[in-house]
Amino acid sequence: MSASRFAALAGMIGFMAVSTPAMAERLVISLSHHRVLVTSSFTGTEVVLFGSIERDQTAPLPRRGYDVVVTVTGPRESERTRRKERVLGIWVNMESRTFVNVPNYLAALSNKPLDAIVNTDLQRRLQIGLVNTTLPQRIGSGVTDVTQEDAFRMAFLRLKKEHGLYIERNNGVTFFTPTLFRADIPLPSNVPFGLYDVDVKLFADGATIAESTSALEIIKVGFEQFVADAARDHGLLYGLATAMLALLTGWFASVVFRRD
Amino acid sequence: MQIYLPIADLPVNVFLILAMGLAVGFISGMFGIGGGFLMTPLLIFIGVTPGVAVASVASHIAASSCSGAISYWRRKAIDPSLALMLLAGGVIGTAAGVWLFTLLRALDQLDLMIALSYLTLLSIVGALMVSESVRSIMRARVGKPVVLRRPGSHIWFHGLPFKFRFKRSMIYVSAIPVWVIGFLMGFIGAIMGIGGGFLLVPMLIYLLRVPTATVIGTSMVLTMVTMASATVMHSATNHLVDAVLALILMVGGVIGAQFGARAGQKISGEWLRLLLGLLVLMVGLRFAFQLVLHPDDIYSLRIVEGMP
Repeated sequence: MSASRFAALAGMIGFMAVSTPAMAERLVISLSHHRVLVTSSFTGTEVVLFGSIERDQTAPLPRRGYDVVVTVTGPRESERTRRKERVLGIWVNMESRTFVNVPNYLAALSNKPLDAIVNTDLQRRLQIGLVNTTLPQRIGSGVTDVTQEDAFRMAFLRLKKEHGLYIERNNGVTFFTPTLFRADIPLPSNVPFGLYDVDVKLFADGATIAESTSALEIIKVGFEQFVADAARDHGLLYGLATAMLALLTGWFASVVFRRD
Repeated sequence: MQIYLPIADLPVNVFLILAMGLAVGFISGMFGIGGGFLMTPLLIFIGVTPGVAVASVASHIAASSCSGAISYWRRKAIDPSLALMLLAGGVIGTAAGVWLFTLLRALDQLDLMIALSYLTLLSIVGALMVSESVRSIMRARVGKPVVLRRPGSHIWFHGLPFKFRFKRSMIYVSAIPVWVIGFLMGFIGAIMGIGGGFLLVPMLIYLLRVPTATVIGTSMVLTMVTMASATVMHSATNHLVDAVLALILMVGGVIGAQFGARAGQKISGEWLRLLLGLLVLMVGLRFAFQLVLHPDDIYSLRIVEGMP
């Protein structure tokens, strides 16, 4: 076991996130990092979550053992899903739907397939798993979620998965002992910056018995981020600077390669 | 060496982009063109969104036409009054182009319009260039002399008012067609990410009778200023200019152009035009395939800015 993991485990003792005190089980979790700095050479990383189930001595071990579902939700924004159709022989964006205030990043990690942990009704109610997450669309003047079979909704989930920003792993949580587990939260190279909520739910015999939350922050640093911020926040100045850079490069080339 | 393009939101290999800059620079030096009509499609084909490609290539063309314009200025091969008159239309045209670009982007039809414009423009120009150069090659084989310019032929707009005397080009024409040509170039350039040299030079020669001595230098001044203003306007409105991408392209482009210019002097004019025509046609066809073939995915995502 590496030193950093040891430190993370030791940190668990200090960082106690405890909830549902009436239950016989308590859930204690700790993240290996609460801040991730994304630099220009960033190619993706993982944040490790350690968790321990603290049991009352009298509570019996559940028949099927404990199950854990970790949901990590990134910053929210609105995204448009567009569909191409063939018009006069060429492919054109026709219909589109706007998904309002949806997570830019979403990870659902569990120790076994969700269906083997809880029934689908409870999955929907607790919003665990990608398909069960609320994804409100703008329809007419209102904003509402639609059925899971909706073509735009399915396309949205599929595209987000292809971009590596929506992740579902039913082997993402590993138990070391019946009460000690870890989960690797994957953060791809294109991870959006901002605040992430980490929610851990503990299940026993198909029912939720404890929950604990934490948070992590993704901060982008370095030259590229400086450029991106400048382009967004000071468009005119950025444009003037880029145009000047272009003219200077041209001038410089004409001096260097002068042939007369 | 991978780097991350901050606006294109894409990790790319620096050497790939540099090589593209060199290759397009080489071709542009060889044919005496800006190369935007090659660079923008190449960027689109490697995965940069059309909007970012168009906006970023604008600054790349500003750089290459600036170095060209300076060397033409030294040789006094620029007509300053004609350039200023073209620019009066050019800057307005650029602003109109950026406005339409922004509108199309909001309607989710920008990518389609860029592809359609490329398809139309490049197929027509490419076909014209190929047929014209094949005919002159055939003529040269047969041994007939080439008639370049029919003196005395008159086009209707030569009768328009606001006549100006452009001293260095030794022409006396109405300012209206000059403004219109400038406007068109600025407009097309802002939407398509091209300097438009391959359109502008023939127009100046055939329509305005600008002599070959000043035509390329003057067109480069127009390209430089419209593309620099397009860079500023695209940055201020759409935030799509990727300065990191543009800088790598510029460096590759200006170096490639030097070698291309030397290679171009070794090939005869007709063959050069035939090659360029074929190249233009091929890029046009590539867009046609992209529009007609079934896309890999009919769905696509776009982040909506300014919405919570």
